[in-house]
Amino acid sequence: MIELIDLSLLLFLAVLAVLVARLHNLFAVVMVMGFYSLVSAALFTVLDAVDVAFTEAAVGAGISTIILLATLLQTTSEEKPQPLRLVPLVIVLATGATLVLATGDMPQYGDPEAPIHRHVAPRYIEDSAREIGVPNIVTSVLASYRGYDTLGETTVIFAAGVGVLLLLGRSLRATKDDAGGGA
Amino acid sequence: MNHQIVLRVIAKMFIPFILLFALYVQFHGDFGPGGGFQAGVIFAAAFVLYGLVFGVDAAKRVAHPTLLQWCVAIGLLIYAGTGMMGILLGGTFLDYNVLNSHDPVHGQHLGILLVEFGIGLTVASVMITTFLCFAGHRPS
Repeated sequence: MIELIDLSLLLFLAVLAVLVARLHNLFAVVMVMGFYSLVSAALFTVLDAVDVAFTEAAVGAGISTIILLATLLQTTSEEKPQPLRLVPLVIVLATGATLVLATGDMPQYGDPEAPIHRHVAPRYIEDSAREIGVPNIVTSVLASYRGYDTLGETTVIFAAGVGVLLLLGRSLRATKDDAGGGA
Repeated sequence: MNHQIVLRVIAKMFIPFILLFALYVQFHGDFGPGGGFQAGVIFAAAFVLYGLVFGVDAAKRVAHPTLLQWCVAIGLLIYAGTGMMGILLGGTFLDYNVLNSHDPVHGQHLGILLVEFGIGLTVASVMITTFLCFAGHRPS
């Protein structure tokens, strides 16, 4: 049963990805990308990664869709059709084939002998309750054991905000009266 | 969208619950799924909904742009400041054990709470700022 759910979700993801690449109406593309994020979130839930699923649903399907729609408002919602170019297609196909080939060497999903489960994960799982005392181990890894990495992630978001403010910050200060003339 | 009375009423009903849910996700992240990143985005979503239904100018009156710009930096400073407190109290950078002199586990709880709050503040204000910038920008 679970294989059926996995298979249909992954198949749905593939269909949505092809749709994003093939559609020329960018409004439709943004909507399909929102669906893509929602299906990804469902897939993460199936993998028991609820924290990641939560983030994907909130950021990917929610805020990103709104911000992309706002971007379309500034530009255009129709993409010019591009002729099919051979070299990029070959590179993409070769990269995809390499990745598919490489999955053969990956450990089975959930394999306790997989390298990722034998490195620092056992220490986090065994000592988190005693050292940190927080029931959600994801939180204790994210905020305490890997606090330095999360500081970096927060800095990335800060930098993105500063970038937006530098580029479009003037419109933030403008009220309806002084911006309405050009609209 | 000023004439959409159903949208306006429904949005007004939903916004308090979205904000409350964001706060729940923020401060319950130690026990269930969630944390600063998710909570910040959900908190921002309430303001985005308000801005979509009532207009960007109304949203700017609620979330003042100058205040938002301060919050973008203050959130990150809370995070880095919590790290620096570790050094000042005789530990290493981002070492929460020393934050409580009696029980290192309580220090960890305090550190995680502060750090997650910093993340939530920065994420929420960056998301609201981005939305206001994009939605309020008039192409010239």
